[in-house]
Amino acid sequence: MKITSRRSTLRRVALATATTFALGLSLAACASGGSSSSGSGSADDIEAALEKGGTLTYWSWTPSGEAQVAAFEKAYPNVDVKLVNAGTNTDEYTKLQNAITAGSGAPDVAQVEYYAIPQFALSDSLVDLSSYGFGDLEDQYSGGPWSSVSFDGKIYGLPQDSGPMAMFYNKTVFDQYGIAVPTTYDEYVAAAEKLHTADPSKYITSDTGDPGFATSMIWQAGGKPFTAEGTDVSIDLQDDGSKKWADTWNKLNEGGLLSSTPSWGDEWYKGLGDGSIATLLTGAWMPGVLESSVADASGDWRVAPMPTYDGTPVTAENGGGGQVVLKQSKNQALAAGFLKWLNSDPESIKVFLASGGFPATTADLESPEFLAQTPEYFGGQAINEVLVDASKNVPTGWHYLPYQVYANSIFGDTVGQAYENKGDLNEGLTTWQDQLADYGSQQGFTVK
Amino acid sequence: MTSATAATPRPMRRARRDWRGWGFVGPFMIVFLAVLVAPVVYAIVLSLFRQQLVGGSGFVGLGNYVQLFQDAKFWESLFRVTLFLVIQVPIMLALSLFVALAVDSARLHGSSFFRIAIFLPYAVPGVVAALIWGFMYGNQFGLSGSINDLVGFELLQPFSSQWVLASIGNIVTWEFMGYNMLIFYAALKVVPTELYEAAELDGAGQFRIISGIKLPALRGSIVIATVFSIIGSFQLFNEPNLLQNLAPNVISSYFTPNMYAYNLSFAGQQFNYSATVAIVMGIITAVIAYIVQLRGSRQEVR
Repeated sequence: MKITSRRSTLRRVALATATTFALGLSLAACASGGSSSSGSGSADDIEAALEKGGTLTYWSWTPSGEAQVAAFEKAYPNVDVKLVNAGTNTDEYTKLQNAITAGSGAPDVAQVEYYAIPQFALSDSLVDLSSYGFGDLEDQYSGGPWSSVSFDGKIYGLPQDSGPMAMFYNKTVFDQYGIAVPTTYDEYVAAAEKLHTADPSKYITSDTGDPGFATSMIWQAGGKPFTAEGTDVSIDLQDDGSKKWADTWNKLNEGGLLSSTPSWGDEWYKGLGDGSIATLLTGAWMPGVLESSVADASGDWRVAPMPTYDGTPVTAENGGGGQVVLKQSKNQALAAGFLKWLNSDPESIKVFLASGGFPATTADLESPEFLAQTPEYFGGQAINEVLVDASKNVPTGWHYLPYQVYANSIFGDTVGQAYENKGDLNEGLTTWQDQLADYGSQQGFTVK
Repeated sequence: MTSATAATPRPMRRARRDWRGWGFVGPFMIVFLAVLVAPVVYAIVLSLFRQQLVGGSGFVGLGNYVQLFQDAKFWESLFRVTLFLVIQVPIMLALSLFVALAVDSARLHGSSFFRIAIFLPYAVPGVVAALIWGFMYGNQFGLSGSINDLVGFELLQPFSSQWVLASIGNIVTWEFMGYNMLIFYAALKVVPTELYEAAELDGAGQFRIISGIKLPALRGSIVIATVFSIIGSFQLFNEPNLLQNLAPNVISSYFTPNMYAYNLSFAGQQFNYSATVAIVMGIITAVIAYIVQLRGSRQEVR
């Protein structure tokens, strides 16, 4: 950001605060957020609204969005849905938050990942969909995703996809070095040592500190570091589950057994392709990513259940999200109708599945057709059997913080340092906790 | 008589002149107030409030400023850009100066080619430049990875915490060396050729010409280039923000003051505190740039 033209001193001062101007605009009407009426309607209202028609704005970055909207407009010709890609995850949340703070400009329906839903629910910007009879839909979804959209006695959205975790491993590498598929974390650590000793350029997995991954791993270990009831928040990143994960992962981190290639970069995809990153513990949405971005490694990868601490099958959700209806919506019944169709109508879910998504609906998770798929990329393995099985072993009662988006943004500053120095992750988690508690108090929460 | 006739029309003329003047200046003043003064005032107002996720907005007076002066993250980021300024700017300006003198020396074949080639990186958008260098810095498959393979040990680690600031300095130098070179070169071009002829007649060598004619002629542009570079260093944002994806733990969310302000507002919704950071940084930058300009121009007069 070097200055490129001559400016007077005064203009320089003004320029330094130009960022602030941009921020300022978004605050223009900060007092009026979330003042519109709450959801009051019924299931019949939805049908009536869909018949009557109208215009909706829908923010989403899913690859299936466009086709789903087209299919919806075909089914309900009176409704006009404007699909807007307002950016991927945090970019969209920033815009959404700004629109909410400003009091106008928010869409009717928006895609929000599970970890960010509590943040928007807290600021009272989401419509409680229970009154539209959405409670009846609970049976259609698997437990993990449902509990992510429905908490504190309200239903804030409907799940679109889910990400029960599994272990993706490079079978070619495992065979080459005579490594058996690990089922416990002791075996996993042993495999990491064996692989890295045999070939120092190869690592069991890559991890440079990813908040989504760390929280999911703590979830799997039985930890419940975050609880939130209204404005009372408690943070304990040294509870049994958190410690259990950190102590195990320390063996890999302190032992230099983790590849330091940052995820989602060019080098990472190459590492997944050439075998230098041998496993991935990640959500069930990964196959689509591997097939499209690591095409060279076709035939190498397989899927196995997550390693466990004591042999009892257990996993966690990683990633995934759903759609919510915003209180700013002028036609909440219509928005609810679109949402209901989007995430429960077989027609819509068919489009979603075709785009490589992993569903949250039990009917699709259990459909013989889905289970029987044997992708060529995974050497003809029936991977969905493993992944669907995983979706049944997600511990309940997990919560994210009502300011998880911020929490994730400072993960690198805190826990990331333990990764960088190959130090104790428990120390990093403690620093993270302290900073989160500070932020919470500053923002008016009662932090315990 | 003369004094009486001169005295009567004066007040009338003055009043009329005022209105005409405003007529000319008015359009500018409106734009000036709307896009330059108003944002600053608004930012100052913002910095006096505190908006919370729970409990809404409230007036806190200078509370944000008090907090900022006790904020270790802010001082760390300010220290980092200051260090960057003290090391990177002299190196970059020295290189620019050297290249400008070389291109101007008329002893270089194809000097216009060099001029364009060295200026070219400036035409590459900063975002693209950071991405290009990000690929080259890659430790596994990038250029530095290949060099490490060649020498057999980890010679280059551009993304380690010790080296990352130097890596960013390298990118910034690459980007702006040509720009500063052009400022110097332009100043050299206006030196009257008579001076060189006179120096040659007096038997001065090239180095004497540089120290006696060229450097004094460049003093003004060196001050300007330094002021630009100081502002640029304090506003460092693009390069570290883009490289953060490649070195997430080394480049923190408060690596530079601008990154800190950005993350405070866009990740943490702390708009008020972010405005405070922006204002304090604006004042610090303006003061330092002003001091440099004052010192530089004083020397020029002498």
